[in-house]
Amino acid sequence: MIIDLILLSALLLAVLWTVMTVRLLRSVLGLALTSVILSVLIYRLNSPWAAVFELSVCAGLIPVFFITAVSFTRPISNTGLPAARKERSIRFWYLPFIVIGVGLLLSVYLKTPGFDLPGAVNGADVRVMLWNLRRLDLLGQLLILLAGAFGVVVLFKETKE
Amino acid sequence: MNPDLAQMFAYFLVFIILVFICGLYCLLASFNLIRILIGVEILIKAATLLIILAGYICGASSLAQSIVVTLIVVEIVFMVVAGGIALWAFRHNKTIDPRELSDLKG
Repeated sequence: MIIDLILLSALLLAVLWTVMTVRLLRSVLGLALTSVILSVLIYRLNSPWAAVFELSVCAGLIPVFFITAVSFTRPISNTGLPAARKERSIRFWYLPFIVIGVGLLLSVYLKTPGFDLPGAVNGADVRVMLWNLRRLDLLGQLLILLAGAFGVVVLFKETKE
Repeated sequence: MNPDLAQMFAYFLVFIILVFICGLYCLLASFNLIRILIGVEILIKAATLLIILAGYICGASSLAQSIVVTLIVVEIVFMVVAGGIALWAFRHNKTIDPRELSDLKG
């Protein structure tokens, strides 16, 4: 439990850094770090398949995509950086206080949860679950991937003059 | 419910709610399309952890993992399409500040 608490604290710190840092590139790196910590937590919660997906896709592929998108846009110039930093600190200085306040409040109220969760629904292996019991999900995933691919093609198609 | 599991659920829930608040704040207080996407990504991470945690507590880890795999596929498609829209907006308007994207023609 101690290790889980350390990992959860690291996750929260990584998220705070991601949200509050001025440079977009650092923000993307913070997001990758968040995904790495999250995948360790998911692995510890007895879900290795989901952890592998989280690590490879969310910590690997999505930051690469974000960095590509950032490289296509115009970065903040060194002269504009102090102004951007000041404007951002004005908008974001509440966040750590909100997080600390809500955290303290929740840790008092949720110390002994007054709710119960249902028992196990199905104890099948994840491969059986994904390929046999939830086959329609795979069809849905294929359709979503196709829709996304078509969306990108439509967005970036060259218009004829 | 087992008291140890209940306590673990409570600890995790506190952090999940805090991560969710950070994502929501990023979504509401940012004026940059890529930063808004990062906010959405953080919200999805909180939801992912909650699903996995619920699966662990209920003893249905396989079901939770299959749902998370689906969620990750949806997440990546969403990110690619939304990032494409942000780049498209930058190409046409030279800005990714949503306050300045008032022209929806074309």
